[in-house]
Amino acid sequence: MIDLTQSFDVLIVGGGNAALCAAMTAGRAGAKVLLVESAPKHSRGGNSRHVRNIRYLHDRGNDYLTGSYLEEEFCDDLLHVTSGETNEQLARFTIRESADLGKWMEKHGCRFQPPLSGTLHLSRTNAFFLGGGKALMNAYYATALQLGVEIAYDSEVRDLEIDDGKFSSAVVLSGDDPQEIRAKAVVVASGGFEANIPWLKEYWGDAADNFIIRGTPYNKGRMLRVLLDNGVKSVGDPRQCHAVAVDARAPKFDGGIVTRVDSIPLGIVVNKNAQRFYDEGEDIWPKRYAIWGRVVAEQPDQIAYSIIDSKSIDKFVSPAFPPIEADSIRKLAAKLGLDPSAFEETVVEFNKCVRPGTFDPLVLDDCTTEGLEPQKSHWALPLDSSPFYGYPLRPGITFTYLSVTVNKQTQVLMQDNQPSTNIFAAGEIMSGNILGQGYIAGFGMTIGTVFGRIAGREAAHYAIK
Amino acid sequence: MPSNEALKETERVMVICNACRYCEGFCAVFPAMERRRNFSYQDLIYLTNLCHNCRGCYYACQYAPPHKFAVNVPKTFQELRVDTYQSFAWPGFLAGMFQRNGLLVALITVLSVAIVLLLTLFQGTSVVFSTYTGKGAFYDVIPYLFMVVPASVICLFVLAALLVGFVRFWRDMGGKLNELLDLRVMVHATWDAFRLRYLKGGGHGCNYPDEQFSHARRWFHHLTFYGFLLCFASTTAAAIYDNVLHWDAPYPFWSWPVMLGSVGGFGLLIGTGGLLLLKRQSDPEPANRRLLGIDVAFLVLLFLTSLTGLLLLALRETSAMGTLLAVHLGVVLGLFLTIPYSKFVHAVYHYAALVRNTIEQAESEHHKNF
Repeated sequence: MIDLTQSFDVLIVGGGNAALCAAMTAGRAGAKVLLVESAPKHSRGGNSRHVRNIRYLHDRGNDYLTGSYLEEEFCDDLLHVTSGETNEQLARFTIRESADLGKWMEKHGCRFQPPLSGTLHLSRTNAFFLGGGKALMNAYYATALQLGVEIAYDSEVRDLEIDDGKFSSAVVLSGDDPQEIRAKAVVVASGGFEANIPWLKEYWGDAADNFIIRGTPYNKGRMLRVLLDNGVKSVGDPRQCHAVAVDARAPKFDGGIVTRVDSIPLGIVVNKNAQRFYDEGEDIWPKRYAIWGRVVAEQPDQIAYSIIDSKSIDKFVSPAFPPIEADSIRKLAAKLGLDPSAFEETVVEFNKCVRPGTFDPLVLDDCTTEGLEPQKSHWALPLDSSPFYGYPLRPGITFTYLSVTVNKQTQVLMQDNQPSTNIFAAGEIMSGNILGQGYIAGFGMTIGTVFGRIAGREAAHYAIK
Repeated sequence: MPSNEALKETERVMVICNACRYCEGFCAVFPAMERRRNFSYQDLIYLTNLCHNCRGCYYACQYAPPHKFAVNVPKTFQELRVDTYQSFAWPGFLAGMFQRNGLLVALITVLSVAIVLLLTLFQGTSVVFSTYTGKGAFYDVIPYLFMVVPASVICLFVLAALLVGFVRFWRDMGGKLNELLDLRVMVHATWDAFRLRYLKGGGHGCNYPDEQFSHARRWFHHLTFYGFLLCFASTTAAAIYDNVLHWDAPYPFWSWPVMLGSVGGFGLLIGTGGLLLLKRQSDPEPANRRLLGIDVAFLVLLFLTSLTGLLLLALRETSAMGTLLAVHLGVVLGLFLTIPYSKFVHAVYHYAALVRNTIEQAESEHHKNF
């Protein structure tokens, strides 16, 4: 049992990647560190438990990266997905600070895997953790303990005592009684508010009831709220988030990667009225993967159906839930709860508009539709080979972007733009500074690692100077 | 046939794993899984026997219990593996040996020791408790034919039982017998087996006995395996000395049988002792407790074989030799009688799965190149 009556140099709120990077860095700097994780040990690690890779700057390939990834390309990739909705200075800073992160991570226990079939499309830009994010978290927790970090599981920070932008203590619920914990500095790395449905409803209305939360159920955004209520300046559109289309049969929380549905670009997607509503073949799938959560969220009742036929059933990673199968379009409609006539009409219309081409799922091929609204730009093949398959889709929220504003030292900024002296933030809770919208794979881990390290360093420096 | 429950649960888990694929860097199982979309009976018995139980995938799993998906690959695989041991056992009526295996193996061993001791004692106590030295000393205690005839019969029986198991398993995995004639495949698979390639996890070792990566299990297994091989080589050398060269045992210390047997015996002693210690410390979650006896019984039996053998060597010029010889031969008898119905068979089915894997890997390389 940790003696919570003692005073710490640095209190870390949260137990995911950013929190661990901060804890290890502060611990290594000689600070007395307490990390408070709201989840029990078996579910520790926040959303990092579900991640798989990290994107970072590197000027040459190695055992697990197939080539170089330089600053200009990285910046272009980021600016492209955010459509300029980013603090470019901070974005460039993040990218530069990410140089050779892999070496630092390995030093702290991370093990990477060589590129294999499941990782190929990102094998140059992103390094994949052997066993994924939970394995990484296991390694980081072990390293943090070795560095003398004290860890309290199943303990939630309920409140922070903040006076004029200065933190003095935290109220922690560990067991039944709330306790006050004093520390000289605090690093808040407790994630977004994606698991807080009532909060999501403030911006999405009842639609949020139909959202599936892909990651940890512990990210309730309590610290985000506490900081904002204490005069910290917010940044980011509260409706913005990372969201993908997931199988509607997925559990409400924590379904992770296996609930995603990769069949979308191979067929059509219809809403509950059996109507198409978005170009399924707009771009190659990894680049469009993260827009479909939002696209489905905008449909009536937040439900949609990915429809393919037997030509495509073996051309994507098979998901955890089996497809709903029928030997005719009308029967499939009945099984999915769609109006058979409307559905048949949509399919017939689509098939009529498909132009012949050379199908190739790996490139932007010339299989397209003509005279169809919305168009399907690539991989358009007629749905004509029985059996037909459908996957029901829901918006799957990964994490929210609404954030506290930070500077390069990760100090949170107050309403008057003055930095707090001893409150630092890292990870999802400040991701909105850089991600105004959009997403590139593995960048959440970049933000968490880069700013987690800085937060740990700065907090330790402040506490033991 | 393995039980329906074990097959169903393994299929359920594999479907989830195949949608995730985070563990593909650990071993051969996950790349082999990725080559499939559906998991038939033949796929499932193949994948479970390809697993070396390094447990990397358990500690890395975001869906491990208490997650609702309750994915526990090592435990699920272990259960189906034991079902395959049972369903490929020959003759079939002895398949039940894998139920309460620990108890049965222990009983048979105790009986074997008792029988050998009693038979020896029937010749009169003076025979057993005298001190013999020099040529033919062992045969003074247990006559030549009593040693050689039962041993040969049992060996042939064991070989036949293992071979039948291998062939049935190979066929049930969807293999054809002529595939086994490809020398390159067999050499590759043998090399994978001999260096315990997949007990390295992704190169950092197993997560055994706990969450930490460690090479301890692989090294102890190497000591056990090569110790066993050396002991086997020692027995073979002794048989040649005896039957071909007509040199009577016991052999001097600087002879092949004694040298090989001593080195092998110590390897086996340290290897099995280490594996037993690791097992005692090991995390019970990624395993089925009910099946623990299968592992423990076999390890203890190997441990006792080497221990009694080494004691016999050390005390062979004393009056304890007669008793020790009887006990040692009794333990060896127990070991060989139970081989087709003990953990030993894992070597047979793992090897078959490694051969299958070598063929599949070559095929998928071939597809990549064209």
